[in-house]
Amino acid sequence: MSGLWEMVTDPFMQRALVAALLVGVSAPVVGTYLVQKRLALLGDGIGHVALTGVALGWLVGAAMGLVPDDVLAVPGAVVAAVAGSVLIEVVRRRGRTSGDLALAILFYGGIAGGVLLIGLAGGSSGSLMAYLFGSISSVTLSDVWVTVALCGLILLIGLGLRAALFSVSHDEEFAVSSGLPVWALNMAVAVLAALTVTVAMRVVGLLLVSALMIVPVAIGQLVTRSFRRTMLVGSVVGVLVCVTGLSITYWHNVSPGALIVVLAIAVYVVVAALHPLLARRRAPVDPHPDIPDDVAVAPAGAGRGAPQEECTP
Amino acid sequence: MTTLATDSPSGATTPPDDAVPAIEARDVHVRLGASPVLRGVDLTVRRGEVVALLGANGSGKSTLVRTLVGVLPATAGSVHLFGHALGNAVPWSRVGYVPQRVSAAAGVPSTAAEVVASGLLHGRRLRLPRGWRSRVREALDLVGLADRARYATHQLSGGQQQRVLIARALVRRPELLVLDEPVAGVDRPSQEAFAATMTRLVADGMTVLVVLHELGELAPLVQRCVVLRHGKVVHDGAPPAPQPGHGGEAHEHVHPHAHGRTVQRPEDVRLADGPFERPDDTEDEVAP
Repeated sequence: MSGLWEMVTDPFMQRALVAALLVGVSAPVVGTYLVQKRLALLGDGIGHVALTGVALGWLVGAAMGLVPDDVLAVPGAVVAAVAGSVLIEVVRRRGRTSGDLALAILFYGGIAGGVLLIGLAGGSSGSLMAYLFGSISSVTLSDVWVTVALCGLILLIGLGLRAALFSVSHDEEFAVSSGLPVWALNMAVAVLAALTVTVAMRVVGLLLVSALMIVPVAIGQLVTRSFRRTMLVGSVVGVLVCVTGLSITYWHNVSPGALIVVLAIAVYVVVAALHPLLARRRAPVDPHPDIPDDVAVAPAGAGRGAPQEECTP
Repeated sequence: MTTLATDSPSGATTPPDDAVPAIEARDVHVRLGASPVLRGVDLTVRRGEVVALLGANGSGKSTLVRTLVGVLPATAGSVHLFGHALGNAVPWSRVGYVPQRVSAAAGVPSTAAEVVASGLLHGRRLRLPRGWRSRVREALDLVGLADRARYATHQLSGGQQQRVLIARALVRRPELLVLDEPVAGVDRPSQEAFAATMTRLVADGMTVLVVLHELGELAPLVQRCVVLRHGKVVHDGAPPAPQPGHGGEAHEHVHPHAHGRTVQRPEDVRLADGPFERPDDTEDEVAP
């Protein structure tokens, strides 16, 4: 217990916990829309593009002689991720078949460009790893404030416009026929995804960002029947795995980002394994007991029952 | 009804709102890819009218209604809803659209109530209005699904899912309802519930444009039929005589989809003055 107290009073750990908590809540909110739109891998793509932003920020920072030289890395990531997500959304709307290929090129270009530019800026492979796999223990106070502001914005839009974002993600054609600003709403989801990628970058790293957006939603999807509850369960799971994973790394020297993602997947596996057992007990035998039978069938072994109606030949 | 200032296509004078047709399409051409799907369609639906849009598979029925509600862009021609050219000026709250049922379940489960609630958003209304719960319940009640509000849509039968989509269009209390094949492949209780709902709505003055394969249970309500063939209007007037073996008093239509014949027939109706040619393109319409 005293160890736990020690952890929460440690200022490094306090900042890290706040960041993990906020990211754990926000990432699944955005992830729910992405899964609904069947864009589960969008976060991954934006993560790749954001690496170039990190490197560009670094390069500019080093050129301007700023100390430390990666002070512009996070702003660079925000700019690149937002630009990348807008570009992806435009490509998605334009082309149907070539879009896939364009996205792939964008993703690989993003990561390759990032690695090259970081090298040019004088970064080591260690600093690259911090962005790729997270570096939550080095969160500074200003990082925490950026996280608070961005997560606040994500939650404000993601929850405040939930009905409209649901409408667009669920049935875009109907949203268009309702006169909704579908283009702007799609863009809002893309930008929210970009912001989530940049705040989650510190916690789990660019390569694992998508897992934090998608896996908690996959868990929510298993146990609920509604969109709202899927989002709620996703956020609760997100917070639990982020905070638990981070706390474990206080005592054991493992990568927090990787541990958080492994925990989330473990929860998914356990829930997926247990859920059929619980669901079977609840589900009725006949899914549509209110729908009358449409053809008269002779019951097995018995005579013909009174036909309700017959099929005309 | 309030009289709105309208940018009517007909001229400088602003006619009273009730005189403006609910739908006015002039010389609409639509291309999907390289193929022309609609080739100069004119269609007017006046207030309070119930118009059925008939035609074989591939004749352009779905394309026409999707163009009318702004989902597909017209390559040429104009569409006015309530006197306003398609776009932000259209009073979207007065239009309810029921698309063909989306067969694939969406990625995240959503309840019938959540889907219906999304129908309350339109135009610049991006948040649910006060009292949305009771309006959602009311709309689900209209289609006979009040007890299914909390069910996930993928737990419902195909016919019930279709009724959820109808409730989503009705929840905003529209004056014009546009339905795309609302009874295709739908179980019988849902068809009956649908006919009952439509009878009530039409009695209350609803304007309806409905895409159908056959008039079926809606025959008593339909006032006018428009028949499309190869992307052109070939009939606009009284319900046409059905092809032999379809419809009519003698044709017991107990279960329309128990045998594929009725569904797959390329031409369900014969026009009084129509040529007897069989269409050569009977393939399905381009998927959305």
